[in-house]
Amino acid sequence: MDFISILSIFVMACFVGYYVVWSVTPALHTPLMAVTNAISSVIIVGALIAGAAAGSATSKWLGLLAIVLASVNIFGGFAVTERMLAMYKKKERPTAAKH
Amino acid sequence: MEEIAINPWVALAYLIAGICFIMALRGLSSPESSRKGNRYGMAGMLIAVVTTLVTHAPNATPSAPCRPGFIDCGMAIFTLDLPTMLEIVAAIAIGGAIGFVTARKIKMTDMPQLVAAFHSLVGLAAVLVAVAAYANPAAFGIKIPFMDHIEPVSRIEMGLGIAIGAITFSGSVIAFLKLNGNMSGKPIMLPGRHVINLGTLALIIGLIAYFVTDDSLPVFAAITALSFVIGFLLIIPIGGADMPVVVSMLNSYSGWAAAAMGFTLHNTAMIITGALVGSSGAILSYIMCRAMNRSFISVIAGGFGAETGGASGGGQAIDRPWKRGSAEDAAFLMQQAEQVIIVPGYGMAVAQAQHALREMGDILKKEGVRVKYAIHPVAGRMPGHMNVLLAEANVPYDEVFELEDINGEFAQTDVAFVIGANDVTNPAAKTDKSSPIYGMPVLDVEKAKTVLFVKRSMGGVGYAGVDNEVFYMDNTMMLLADAKKMVEEIVKAMG
Repeated sequence: MDFISILSIFVMACFVGYYVVWSVTPALHTPLMAVTNAISSVIIVGALIAGAAAGSATSKWLGLLAIVLASVNIFGGFAVTERMLAMYKKKERPTAAKH
Repeated sequence: MEEIAINPWVALAYLIAGICFIMALRGLSSPESSRKGNRYGMAGMLIAVVTTLVTHAPNATPSAPCRPGFIDCGMAIFTLDLPTMLEIVAAIAIGGAIGFVTARKIKMTDMPQLVAAFHSLVGLAAVLVAVAAYANPAAFGIKIPFMDHIEPVSRIEMGLGIAIGAITFSGSVIAFLKLNGNMSGKPIMLPGRHVINLGTLALIIGLIAYFVTDDSLPVFAAITALSFVIGFLLIIPIGGADMPVVVSMLNSYSGWAAAAMGFTLHNTAMIITGALVGSSGAILSYIMCRAMNRSFISVIAGGFGAETGGASGGGQAIDRPWKRGSAEDAAFLMQQAEQVIIVPGYGMAVAQAQHALREMGDILKKEGVRVKYAIHPVAGRMPGHMNVLLAEANVPYDEVFELEDINGEFAQTDVAFVIGANDVTNPAAKTDKSSPIYGMPVLDVEKAKTVLFVKRSMGGVGYAGVDNEVFYMDNTMMLLADAKKMVEEIVKAMG
């Protein structure tokens, strides 16, 4: 892919991001941060390439370490988002059970 | 140019991953669709990881160099390097376990720290990937063929990637320490810091430009080291009520770091995600700044709330008369009311009063009182902080309102119950031009028939360091105690 195609994708994605994020309800801004956190760990793709490549031990170990860090974020980010989102409930008949 | 050979199916897979991430954010437009959105996010990540593992699986045979024209160079002559593959899986498992357990165990009140900590990991991962790419450019397809150098375009992308990654890392570490209380939340001011910061930034940009002509290690190391330093210097002078902006800003940086690495790797999933996260964080920062009526530049410059006292005719504050109420008074007033609006702030989070508060709300609702919650955008230490805590305490989200939606209702409300919030209720923001918070949109609590103000003591002022007129109004009753204890006493008095 040449630089211009990549740049086009990037600029378009910025616009998509702009409109999508404005439509996020303010009540969910904390989950938004948690989930953006998780997805920005897609940087694991780079880490996997480094970890798998032959030719440089330094590169491989740095890659493996980056895989660990990114995985913490991916699993942690999605799990904590899931946990938060599960708490948002609509009005219902009051239930007594709660610690 | 030695390109990463692109198999159309692989490119398509990354594109689908990118679309899944867009859907994940789209889902957050309402609580009902949000969980489905999160699943999309997970699916996107799975697609990205599996695709990379398949196309870049560790190869035991020394492979021919990848050239454009090969349909899929990663798989041409291939025997799986099993030990390396196991190491990769182990790395994912270790990280995954740590992340999962942390996510399960973390208290909802500690969410701002957790988010800051996660940001720092993204930053550090970006740095490590950039260094790995520097050490082994061939693996990333950014090496000039037959030469020991990196493609010039990739050098810029790499330089930017490592700089943003390093800033994200060190900045987030400071943000974490401040939010977690390991470090004073007060802004720390270095003399001449603007000159130092701008100088360092200019130096980094200059070095990245120089890196294009000279990709030697000292240049690369200098960019990295200076970026770590500037991340630290940028966040040090920002504190207190400006933390929501800092957290959003670092969120944005982590996205741009991923995007820069995406450019280096020509990877659409990373570029789309980076752009999404980058704009998301930028928009959140903008929303937070607008909610405080402060420009982004002045927040970044830092130091807000450092100079207490002296501002806006403070002196006379101590002698002014105010009324103190008891839990019984508060309980009685609210039980007689038709509508009560609860205004939570950071103090509620600190005291962990959200569960007791919901209990109080339940009793009032049972007695036929309408209960609503009013949330200021910058209440708490990160965007949406209060909403999460109320959700945790099982407050239905359709009882929780944003500032614009509820501000008109205070005039028809019998009791405004302010708990742990201060600056966001200060009418001086509307009237007093000399006040540091002048122009900030505030909740009109003073228009309610009665204001109940839960506060630890009369001495402390909000983060902005300004006195609040509301304390001294005839229709205000101060409830001086720890927020949680006070609410529990009110609940008892209602029973």
